[in-house]
Amino acid sequence: MKISIQINEGPYQHQASDTAYQFAKAAIEKGHEIFRVFFYHDGVNNASRFTIPPQDDRNIVKLWADLRQSDGSDIDKVVCVAAALRRGMLDESESSKNGLEGNNIHPSFRISGLGQLIEAGIQSDRLVVFGD
Amino acid sequence: MSTKKFMYLNRKSSYGTVYAIESLEVVLIAAAFEQDVSLAFIDDGVFQIINDQNTDGIGMKNFSKTFHALGDYDINKLYVSRESLEERGLNEGDIMPLVYEDEDDDWKEKPSVRVISNAELSKIMSEQDVCLSF
Repeated sequence: MKISIQINEGPYQHQASDTAYQFAKAAIEKGHEIFRVFFYHDGVNNASRFTIPPQDDRNIVKLWADLRQSDGSDIDKVVCVAAALRRGMLDESESSKNGLEGNNIHPSFRISGLGQLIEAGIQSDRLVVFGD
Repeated sequence: MSTKKFMYLNRKSSYGTVYAIESLEVVLIAAAFEQDVSLAFIDDGVFQIINDQNTDGIGMKNFSKTFHALGDYDINKLYVSRESLEERGLNEGDIMPLVYEDEDDDWKEKPSVRVISNAELSKIMSEQDVCLSF
């Protein structure tokens, strides 16, 4: 089955991202494909490459970054551009476009528009939403 | 591209959290994809489409006017939970009079909002292909 995931909450504050990760991992182990993971609302904070949890805790950003399909290929992880910019989450392109220095999006995620969420809904057999 | 039934389920009030306005942003973007779209308002989500909203005192954008534009995007199925209204001391008269022009009926103006029971709403939800919950 082709599955897409929407994550609406930030890391650590809320379990949504952890649960979504466990769900995605289990689905992949069962032979399903993750078509896309879409990060929305505070969920965009799951893509910060500056996340540094204590050493004895899980690193949620890294868990997502390291997750692979069952054939070893990458998983498409999209951060909503409007939600990201509103919260100070920028990649290199958005940063320079807005005349700023620095960027904080982990390279295994990409910034794109809400159309990617709708397309995921259309193309996938299931779209599963994790949030409050 | 295939057409699916998309429902946007609004469960939170407008200004206490960001969910309502960011949900509306999804709905407006999604309009370009020509899917079969409906919106549902349950729990505190019913506050989103209450009449005469005024945000002057809280320094936030009053985005409730945007709901009036939905008809122009062919989004004309807005379901409101009767139970959720009643639980909050509200009734049908408190809801914005949202309308759309029916192109199959000589562009006659028709109401977009339907107040229905939770039982009817759950039946409609079960008929959806994609249900996005905000």
